[in-house]
Amino acid sequence: MKSIHNHPNYWAFIMHRFSGLALVAFLPVHLYVLGLALADSSAFDNFISWSNTPLLKFLETVLVVFLSAHLTGGVRLLALEFLRWRDWQKSMVALSCGISICMGLVFFLNAT
Amino acid sequence: MSASALRTETYLWLAQRLSALILTICITVHIATMIIAVQGGLSSEEIIARIGGSKIWLCFYLVFVSSVAVHAPIGLKSIMREMTQIPMKRIDFLSILFSLIIGVLGIRAAFGLYGLGGA
Amino acid sequence: MDVSIWRGGDDGEYQTYQVPRLESQTVLDVVTYIQRELDPSLSYRFACRVGVCGSCAMTVNGKARWTCRTHVSKVAEGGQLTLDPLNSMPRVKDLVVDMETFFNKWADAKGSFKGDKTRDDALADISPDDPKRKISSAGIECIGCGACYATCDVIKWNPDYLGPAALNRAWTLVNDERDVTGLERLAAVAGDNGCLGCHSQQGCVERCPKSLNPTGAIAGLKRETIKAVLKGELS
Repeated sequence: MKSIHNHPNYWAFIMHRFSGLALVAFLPVHLYVLGLALADSSAFDNFISWSNTPLLKFLETVLVVFLSAHLTGGVRLLALEFLRWRDWQKSMVALSCGISICMGLVFFLNAT
Repeated sequence: MSASALRTETYLWLAQRLSALILTICITVHIATMIIAVQGGLSSEEIIARIGGSKIWLCFYLVFVSSVAVHAPIGLKSIMREMTQIPMKRIDFLSILFSLIIGVLGIRAAFGLYGLGGA
Repeated sequence: MDVSIWRGGDDGEYQTYQVPRLESQTVLDVVTYIQRELDPSLSYRFACRVGVCGSCAMTVNGKARWTCRTHVSKVAEGGQLTLDPLNSMPRVKDLVVDMETFFNKWADAKGSFKGDKTRDDALADISPDDPKRKISSAGIECIGCGACYATCDVIKWNPDYLGPAALNRAWTLVNDERDVTGLERLAAVAGDNGCLGCHSQQGCVERCPKSLNPTGAIAGLKRETIKAVLKGELS
């Protein structure tokens, strides 16, 4: 990593942008699969059992981590932009990271 | 920069932040639902049983989908403007297109699932 | 130790010099030694050499720093130094950049004070503890060195972005009770080329040699310009 980018708030920015992009790419797939439940519930259930593998569960967990990261990172940004400045910015990045990993773990443990 | 262009940029920025605020609630509910609902596996009956006929869930998903249809394209617009060479007019077109796609697909899914339920 | 320095303008190459390593040596000492003893054709800027003017800002091993206040011992990894001119500014020659755009943006952001009193009027009565005065004072130490601007990614993506230094200065003036520019300044810093372009990456905060907070200042500008737009005051 270029040395000027080697600080937490930069990584937080990259994570926020990357997770947003990943979620936007996933969204049409998500809505399409949901549409399957409408058109043909057996196709939907087939998809669900197809996705019941460790790899897919892991990928779903990654999505949940991205979702949580985007959410908590977003809350961090809303606070930065609308509330008064706090000096503990890096702690907020750490908090966001921690919560995201926790949510991923909870989802993963629950789904397997 | 013209005042109307400044106003547009500011309203878009605000719309993204406001939809973000709404989404914090929606996503929290969504993640909780995913974790609780996925217990013992997911199925179409399970989803339809939850959402079908439920005005509350319908409203929730309509608000959710509308907020995403506002929030995501504006974010995409920033990425396209800053990290690609796509011209501004094309970026605006693609953003609106994406917003419509999300909106239509999502609202269709929400109403569809609501309609499948009894009671 | 080995010191690699960018020679040329946009086209050019690195030239490496062998410089004696001394105790308590700053990067400016190194550059000065090279220009005086090894290669008089090297071009670089400095003035005060004691950390008050900001002229000697350069990219040292990838990061924008004041070379007069950077000890070699702090930055020379494995006894190696690489010096480049500041990023995001047109290269004139070697370590010298054209800062015209940087300072033009300062003016574009209405970054200069305009009052309405004359020498015959009473002094403005503002307590140092006044909240707005404190906000203003927190940002006024900027000497325009350009380190934040050279670090900012948004400038690299959007050359029309006003940048952290100009916006930081604008914020100090927005909070200056004596300044009469008012809405004109808010209009100048609004929009995607102004404060809304900032993604709060805080690279500027990391690099500022005076520990200023342009990200916080820009957040303040975001709030003020939005209020003005919502009230219909910006036209």
